[in-house]
Amino acid sequence: MDLATLWFWIVAFLFVGYFVLDGFDFGVGMSLPFLGKDDTDRRVLINTIGPVWDLNETWVIVAGAALFAAFPEWYATLFSGFYLALLLILLALIARGVSFEYRHKRPDSKWKAWFDGMIVVGSAVPALLWGVAFANIVAGVPLDADHNFTGNLFTLLNPYALLGGLTTLLLFFTHGVVFASLKTEGDLRERARRLAVRSGLITIVVAASFLLWTGFAFGTFWFWVFAAVAALALIGGWLANLRGAEGIAFTLLAITVATAVLALFSALFPDVMPASNDPANSLTIENASSTEYTLTVMSWVALFTLPIVLLYQGWTYWVFRKRVSRASVEAAVAH
Amino acid sequence: MNDLLDPLLLARWQFGLTTVYHFLFVPITIGLATSTAVFQTAWYRTGKAEYLRITRFFGNIFLINFAMGVVTGIVQEFQFGMNWSEYSRFVGDVFGAPLAMEGLLAFFFEATMIGLWIFGWDKLPRGIHLATIWATAIGTILSAYFILAANAFMQNPVGFELNAESGRAELVDIGALLTNRVALAAFPHTIAASFMVAAGLIISAAAWHLARNQHIDTMRPALKYGLWLMIGSGILTTLFGDQLSLAMVATQPMKMAAAEATFDTVCGADASFSIFTLGTPDGSSELFSIRIPYLLSFLSTHTFDGCVEGINDLQAQYTQQFGPGDYTPILWVTYWAFRWMIGLGLLHVVIAVVGLWVTRKGRMPKQAWVWKVAIWSFPLSLLAMSVGWVFTEMGRQPWIVFSLMKTESGVSPYVTGLEVLISLVAFTLIYGILAVVEVRLIIQAIRKGPPEVGEPDPETGKIEPATTVY
Ligand code: HDD
Ligand code: HEM
Ligand code: HEM
Repeated sequence: MDLATLWFWIVAFLFVGYFVLDGFDFGVGMSLPFLGKDDTDRRVLINTIGPVWDLNETWVIVAGAALFAAFPEWYATLFSGFYLALLLILLALIARGVSFEYRHKRPDSKWKAWFDGMIVVGSAVPALLWGVAFANIVAGVPLDADHNFTGNLFTLLNPYALLGGLTTLLLFFTHGVVFASLKTEGDLRERARRLAVRSGLITIVVAASFLLWTGFAFGTFWFWVFAAVAALALIGGWLANLRGAEGIAFTLLAITVATAVLALFSALFPDVMPASNDPANSLTIENASSTEYTLTVMSWVALFTLPIVLLYQGWTYWVFRKRVSRASVEAAVAH
Repeated sequence: MNDLLDPLLLARWQFGLTTVYHFLFVPITIGLATSTAVFQTAWYRTGKAEYLRITRFFGNIFLINFAMGVVTGIVQEFQFGMNWSEYSRFVGDVFGAPLAMEGLLAFFFEATMIGLWIFGWDKLPRGIHLATIWATAIGTILSAYFILAANAFMQNPVGFELNAESGRAELVDIGALLTNRVALAAFPHTIAASFMVAAGLIISAAAWHLARNQHIDTMRPALKYGLWLMIGSGILTTLFGDQLSLAMVATQPMKMAAAEATFDTVCGADASFSIFTLGTPDGSSELFSIRIPYLLSFLSTHTFDGCVEGINDLQAQYTQQFGPGDYTPILWVTYWAFRWMIGLGLLHVVIAVVGLWVTRKGRMPKQAWVWKVAIWSFPLSLLAMSVGWVFTEMGRQPWIVFSLMKTESGVSPYVTGLEVLISLVAFTLIYGILAVVEVRLIIQAIRKGPPEVGEPDPETGKIEPATTVY
């Protein structure tokens, strides 16, 4: 495997990390209106992801920077081309990030309601738009000979991409709700489990249509392999949740997200951004990547750091492994 | 109407606005993370309740600020591709590397450690909990290094080769890139300046309470600490600033000429530094100025008989080298930004020295204006920081990468003026609202004063910090 191909998979790995981790905290954010009956409930939910949302979100920053370093052309085309979509994602992430930190800074309920609203919208918008963006990457977009995107926002909002967006939205929602039931106690935990049973059914239907559409239009051998694992894990996760095995359900859904992302990258390979108008204009691993030297340097850095990153992030999840209870939140100081 | 929708102009406004804004929070984060770590260490060592209360107090302000640094930082990361795609294609091979290293080595680390610190008070052993705040501080400083190395490439491109075929800059020497002399000078200067900003904040907050004669037990030590930090970091900022001046003259002589608005090459005593000029700083007519002879020569070359090249000579030289064009930055910006940075910096050192004097041996000045001055030291040190960056970045114009690419060629070709306008308006609105919220929250946190902490355990004599949550 040459270095550019290695980096294609490192980028895939970073997006897997991002969608597996930030995906479920988008889900927890979106679940506030469904699960949060009172202020304490909502605080419990937010505190299930409190210690980790920032490190989860950092995965997209690193993925973006890795794209910049390893595939400058891909980075430039994607980010300038999907301009308004990315703008919306950025605005959503801004609103969401400050809300976690600021909502408890004042006791009045209007203040809190504002920030709760921003958490919900700020979680739903990226959950939807990342799916739209990735579906478009796989399907291809119009590019000129210099690899500039020549469409507009409406080019991106085609039915296939919207289905992709709906898939990530639902998948992240269900994953988040399962996480909520894994991390809470009592009534809230049970309500979360029941909600995941219902949302899981819709997710299965929508995700299956999206994967089948992708497969018949762009499928490769590896796409089908990953897609099959994703499908099995999704159904297994749903069944596990039905029986109240939250840990297994959460793990299987994480596998679903991971393998679904890998399936999309397999469908993309060896292009990184196919041109829908003229294949000659496509960005490929070869013509979008950095030089051998840069990739060598970056490979060393990545191979040295990523295992350490996984270790300390894993340790964080271990430190905060306990369930968050209503009593503990009420007794604690809002920092 | 056409002008209004000029994508280049709008993209520049957007970049300037969002970056200056991001960099309001960054120095506070860098400086306050380190100071919070110092306070917590003091508590760890002595077990004194006051130190824990100071830690909690400034730690809280630090977190309010940190959230903003994070969310505005993501915008920075995406912006190069969104608005400056030609630039990204041109330099990605070189410039992307330090950015990716920053992410892999610094951002991951600090984002993880901060979570452990906020929520780990009662979950981690004391020593490890203390280590997490130090790790956060180190992470922020590390990230500053990589971003400054990336920025230094734009000021003084090194470690690359131009590929004639693809027309791109390609990395050939990562060591040279990371030890760029501009980065080596800008890094300590920026870190020291960040400590000045944190010192300003600590002084302000402490002065607010002391002026009201409250929380003396915690705010007096905090004030002392802030004043000493201001003096120490102020001196370091100046020394490193001097090194940075040398690096700048060696790599971008036009910037120094623009900083002084000197049109003709001057030597020795004539290479004077004007503290203040009345008249038109474009040099066409000077009504009045206060000048220190030799100082400009010294700043630029560390000798008293050195020469500083003037704008006219450099303009002629660049026209020959790079073809016709205007190679002069906007002079009134560079001239005044340079002076405000230095002036405000020196002023703060003086204020801190006086502050130590008037509060010596437990004295508490009664005059209200003393405390007012102290309270202003936070916004003004932050201003010094911002104008320093405005000077650096606007002094580089018309180049986006000095001598290699002009800003106008870096902009995304297919992004429309309307799109940039939409995003500019959106960012301005959301940043504006958040600025109001953030300032209010910080003022509220300061007013509330240091929180109470529990009673010491009768057996161990230690205080058990409460659980914290959102
Ligand atoms: C509290 C803030 C502060 C203070 C008091 C100073 N500076 Fe500064 N300066 C900065 C904050 C700053 C900065 C915002 O951090 C910059 C922008 C880029 C950089 O690396 O640091 C900067 C840039 C900067 C540059 C431009 C470098 C370049 O464009 O390549 C020079 C030459 C100096 N400084 C020199 C000085 C000198 C001689 C000072 C004092 C006598 C001084 N600075 C005080
Ligand atoms: C954090 C402190 C910084 C501040 C306050 C700042 C501010 C500015 C400002 C005001 C401009 C506009 C200049 C003009 O258009 O006339 C600018 C330009 C630019 N800066 Fe910075 N900058 C900072 C750091 C950086 C860093 C670290 C990088 C790169 C890693 C960077 C990259 C750029 C680029 C690409 C431009 C060109 C776009 C333009 O001209 O607007 N800046 N910056
Ligand atoms: C224009 C170029 C810049 C880019 C692309 C950029 C990127 C980012 C990003 C993505 C984050 C969020 C990290 C997280 O989630 O933890 C961030 C925060 C941060 N940035 Fe920047 N930044 C820029 C300018 C600067 C400069 C010039 C410095 C330092 C000298 C700096 C230092 C930091 C630090 C210390 C943080 C973390 C602390 C905080 O969030 O306040 N950045 N930046």
